[in-house]
Amino acid sequence: MGEIKVKNREVVVPGETLATGMDFLPSFGTYRDGEGIIASRLGLVNVEGKVIKLVPLSGAYHPKAGDTIIGPVTDILMTGWRVDTNSAYSAVLNLKDASSEFIARGADLRKYFTIGEYMMVKITQVTSQNLVDLTMKGPGLRKLTGGRILNVNANKVPRIIGKQGSMVSMIKQYTNCRVLVGQNGVVWISGEEPEKELLAVETIKKIEREAHIPGLTDAIKAYLEANKDGIKLSA
Amino acid sequence: MYEDLKNEMLKLLSKNLRLDGRAPTDYREVTVEKGISKNAEGSARVKIGDTEVISGVKMEVIKPYSDSPEDGSMMINVELTSLSSPEFELGPPSIYAVELARITDRGIRESKSIDTKKLCIKKGEAAWMIVVDVCTLNDAGNMFDAVALAALAAMQDAVFPAYDAETGALDYKNKTTEKLPISKSPVTVTVFKYGDHLLLDPTSDEGKVYDARLTITVLENDNICSLQKGGDSAITVEETLKMIELAKQRTKELRSKL
Repeated sequence: MGEIKVKNREVVVPGETLATGMDFLPSFGTYRDGEGIIASRLGLVNVEGKVIKLVPLSGAYHPKAGDTIIGPVTDILMTGWRVDTNSAYSAVLNLKDASSEFIARGADLRKYFTIGEYMMVKITQVTSQNLVDLTMKGPGLRKLTGGRILNVNANKVPRIIGKQGSMVSMIKQYTNCRVLVGQNGVVWISGEEPEKELLAVETIKKIEREAHIPGLTDAIKAYLEANKDGIKLSA
Repeated sequence: MYEDLKNEMLKLLSKNLRLDGRAPTDYREVTVEKGISKNAEGSARVKIGDTEVISGVKMEVIKPYSDSPEDGSMMINVELTSLSSPEFELGPPSIYAVELARITDRGIRESKSIDTKKLCIKKGEAAWMIVVDVCTLNDAGNMFDAVALAALAAMQDAVFPAYDAETGALDYKNKTTEKLPISKSPVTVTVFKYGDHLLLDPTSDEGKVYDARLTITVLENDNICSLQKGGDSAITVEETLKMIELAKQRTKELRSKL
């Protein structure tokens, strides 16, 4: 019979043996080497019956169909725009997926989105060659004007959003900011009051730092409550 | 290209604020640590907020250049390592890297703090060559000030290696206690202009959208020994004077960290 070498929810590093024996099954972030199951990345162990998987704590974003991401336009193509996905692969937003408006052949596409502008888009497809297709048709998908951009570790995005969006709505409620979180770790924040906008930024950075510590929601709530008038500015 | 970012910044600057909550002329926390490398003759690590650079001084004995047989020489290089920013690529030095090195070099050279005559060992035959290498570890903005401060700190830390004048042998393993003669303290501060606002110590986002910048090197007696202007916009005379005033104040604080 096999045995588990680590505790549930323990932080492990790549190469660490998580369990031995053929009766355990390697899942996401782990692999089998002979009798053992080895971690392939830094993360928290999650044992579900016989299946051992990792919740990653670090690593780059990898585009996945269905993800809503935020990224800047990096190039203008013949029939669309190239968008940076904050990963090794760039994505293409095709004309027909960008707007329901009629855009004539040869029109100047910079009129719609130009290089450097951020947009919230959804990944429709990732091919086996890692060509990524995007769409802007859907609720909330649009060009982002104003506001500021914050980059966070893409693995911490689920913590920032929280269960059914509880964390992000708490930030919105306390800071009066509009906050959009892309699955690729790009966050867009826009608020009327600079003090509170800064509080939203600091809160998200705090979540990113403390994402693996139990009792996160309470800690963040306490932090927001303690600073509910916003971060004091030096000016 | 960064219209949104710039508008956002200008909106905040009109209220005397910046994206990270600092006032326009606030500096981030600066730390200077000398003697971080045992192989270099002098070394330093400088941090300005999250920006981090290291620098090292190596000394070689060369034959003096034929047009100045009684002078030693000095050389400053800057390497923008690709791990320190997504903008930096491997390969030959970029224009930015060259400008950084030139500004730093000019600040120290034109301050006349190093008497090149003192670096001569034997006229026409042997003289010290001081090579300063600055290497970036993380670019979170304000590279100009960080690089110049690191180069100066490393030079202040530098001691000559043992040199045998008879055989011409250099022993890098044996350091003497003789310090590199650097008589003044040329500290560099760069003032950035955004619209009508003047700003110090930009973050990397802020560094992408400035209108103009003026790099000013100031000595301890408030004399200016070098200036370099960059950016697409013009600077008025009044603005220049204000920038110099800001630089004089700030260089005093930076000098106290050395």
